[in-house]
Amino acid sequence: MDGRARAVGLRLLQTIPVIVGVVVISFILTRALPGDPAVYFAGAMADAESIEQVRQDLGLDKPLVTQFAVYVGDLLRGDLGQAVSTGQPVLTDLATRLPASLELTICALMLSCLIAIPLGVLAAVRQGSWVDHLCRVIVTAGVSLPTFFTGILLVYVFYYLLGWAPSPLGRLDFIYLDPPRVTGFHLIDSLLAGDTETFWAAARQLTLPTITLALFTLAPIARMTRAAMLQALSSDYIRMARAAGLSRRKVLFGYGLRNALLPVVTTLGMVFSFVLGAIVLVEKVFAWPGIGSYAVEALIASDYAAVQGFVLTMALLFVTLNLVIDLSYALIDPRIGFGAK
Amino acid sequence: MKTNRRDFLKFTAAAGGAAMVPFAWATSAHAQALDTMVVASGQTINSLDLHRTGTNRASYQVAINCYDRLVGFGSKQLPTGEMSYDYNTIVPELAESWTISDDGLVLTFTLKEDAKFSDGSPVTAADVKWSFDRAVSVGGFPSVQMRAGGFNRPDQFEALDDRTFVLTLDFPSKLSLPNLAVPVPFIINSKVAMENATDDDPWAMEYLHTTTAGSGAYIVTRWDQGQQLVYERNDAWTGGPVPAIRRVIMREVPSAATRRALIERGDVQVSFNIPDRDASELAGTVDVFSTPIENCIHCACLNSNFEPFQDPDVRKAVAYAIPYEAIFQSAAYGRGAPMWGGSQEITDTAWPRPFPYSTNMDLAREHLEKSSFANGFDVTMSISLGLASWMEPTALLMQESLGQLGITTEIERIPGANWRTVALVDKTLDLHLENFGGWLNTPDYYFFWAYQRERLFNSSNYDNEEVHTLTDQILHLPMDDPEWAPVMKRLMEIVIEDIPRIPLYQPALNVAVNGASGYEFWFHRQLDPRRMTGV
Repeated sequence: MDGRARAVGLRLLQTIPVIVGVVVISFILTRALPGDPAVYFAGAMADAESIEQVRQDLGLDKPLVTQFAVYVGDLLRGDLGQAVSTGQPVLTDLATRLPASLELTICALMLSCLIAIPLGVLAAVRQGSWVDHLCRVIVTAGVSLPTFFTGILLVYVFYYLLGWAPSPLGRLDFIYLDPPRVTGFHLIDSLLAGDTETFWAAARQLTLPTITLALFTLAPIARMTRAAMLQALSSDYIRMARAAGLSRRKVLFGYGLRNALLPVVTTLGMVFSFVLGAIVLVEKVFAWPGIGSYAVEALIASDYAAVQGFVLTMALLFVTLNLVIDLSYALIDPRIGFGAK
Repeated sequence: MKTNRRDFLKFTAAAGGAAMVPFAWATSAHAQALDTMVVASGQTINSLDLHRTGTNRASYQVAINCYDRLVGFGSKQLPTGEMSYDYNTIVPELAESWTISDDGLVLTFTLKEDAKFSDGSPVTAADVKWSFDRAVSVGGFPSVQMRAGGFNRPDQFEALDDRTFVLTLDFPSKLSLPNLAVPVPFIINSKVAMENATDDDPWAMEYLHTTTAGSGAYIVTRWDQGQQLVYERNDAWTGGPVPAIRRVIMREVPSAATRRALIERGDVQVSFNIPDRDASELAGTVDVFSTPIENCIHCACLNSNFEPFQDPDVRKAVAYAIPYEAIFQSAAYGRGAPMWGGSQEITDTAWPRPFPYSTNMDLAREHLEKSSFANGFDVTMSISLGLASWMEPTALLMQESLGQLGITTEIERIPGANWRTVALVDKTLDLHLENFGGWLNTPDYYFFWAYQRERLFNSSNYDNEEVHTLTDQILHLPMDDPEWAPVMKRLMEIVIEDIPRIPLYQPALNVAVNGASGYEFWFHRQLDPRRMTGV
């Protein structure tokens, strides 16, 4: 256990240069973007004089080195700066928007895993059967339909035509109030507050965007499960287990699936990261106040602080995610130790 | 001394007199009660304070709904039957009456006695002075807009007593009174603001950014940035008839397709600023209002820094080669007003007006052959990605048409953040599309911004000495001054002949309404729910 704690500590230490690099690069990249935020934010009628005033207000008249020093200084105090495009501190923006995106992403990934892993396993076990073909069709459809299209299609069918889904107006219909904020996840917060009505309202709002994203993420997970499962099932230890007369269940899940899970977990990590990229379109369709649309808006407006804050948050998120995945490897496969280089 | 009544009548007479009942909206209130109105809009509100740096257009609605100005605009019915604000009718809002000195330099306003801020304290002339001082001092857009009416410095504003406010101008201007009715000079509760001001922040920018302190028709009760803004009616409003709708919820819905589903299902009562395409397809299923935006024109601009465009025949060749009708149909879905094929002779000062150019490839070729670029040339046509919905189809149609003349165009798509810098500030784009719209609805105000030398929206780098001096000469003259109309006509003649900006069409502001009525077009292009009611 001690070795594990030390290994985690070492991992965390290794992330420091990564974070420093991200801070420097995100600063330089935002400055290298074409576009002049002072002109943008000076508004429709600004003349040269007012543009200059805005430039001073935003601190953009100072040399780059000074701007960087100010940025790092603020960062060390935990201040990510002020987003001009939303008019709020970046930290506040991220704190409200990141949970919205995470809640949606996590729900979608859970749904996706619930469908994709059994589907992949079945497709591998019954190779060439109708389940295998079904898996192939779903996977191809899921990956080839762009999320904004599936999103709009689902809205059209389930909201517009059938009227089953609630209005696609973000995380909660306006007749409900946000639950008292603890985690920022509406599902969890409403349960913590004991408010089941808001819980169901939030769950209803989540349904369509979750399905949209899940359809999109099904493909890589199902494919990877199928391939890994096929490989596992054809390996010697499975033949051995079968020869030893172990139950089919034990062979499939105890030995086959457990060994196949390693690449699946790796894929999950990758899927998680590209979902956060693909989520922008889903957020737009469902008016979801998430981090993807926030980053895109900030980028369009050359809103330096917001872009930098977003990049930094994402970097931290991925560092954590990779750590969690590494740790889960060791749980799944005891052969992967922390001592191993 | 002129009384405001006479002044008011003059305004009314100038506009033709018909359908000019100042409180026309108040008589149409035989509607079924609508308690809560939900509005879907694609834009985000980023501040409750219009004076703050970076406040976007969608946020102007807070200044309109939650604050009062000294004066407001009346209503009129457009020839199409739609309702619109009326630039020529100035009505009282916080001011009960006003007088203008004979030399036009001193405007004296008397405030309504019972006007109160939402915290119950009376509105005083000191609040007006503080608010105006703020608008001219904070810099950026608010100060620019204040200057348009001749309000430059705090020493022009004076609070004589609690109810008398005096505004002194450096020169008389027809733009001064209307400029008091635009969103910018809104009156803030200065006591509350000053309590929340600091040494670093003397104008309470941080406080008013998230809280309103006004006397307007509505109060913001909830603002979830990026999601919604909730207005609650101020029952003690004295600026006009108390609104019929008690609660207005502005929901941000970025996807146009989702907004369309919401308005068709009737889950929102208003879908504000919808794309031209949705407007043309929704017409018939729900109420769609497509009002041509006053004093706003979508133009193709020819930069005089680019050598071929210095040749007047090249400019005319381009103007005759543009496929206007095809652009109007595919970029605007026929919403708005055509700006081509007008008469050669200028008999009135209507603006925007169709220019006497239309698609005529023979004439275009003739002009190009007369020029020193008879064999054509290569040029980059720039468009903004942020405005791609109309610019992209327009650019493609122009590219095809100009190609027939031997003018080879390459389309360059510029990201939104960069667009203003290169198009308007640096003015380096050779051939590009542009749309300017002036808040103050007079042609000379458009000329001031778009045709005068080095002005921000003169992205063609157009420099004509006569246009420059004549615009200065009449900008502040009343429009009924005998000198005004002849000069204005002369100005129009010059820019039609020189054609540095080729008008394509006047765009429309499209609004879909389902389950509400009383929609009115406003020059600031924001929803004014104060005059809306149920069906």
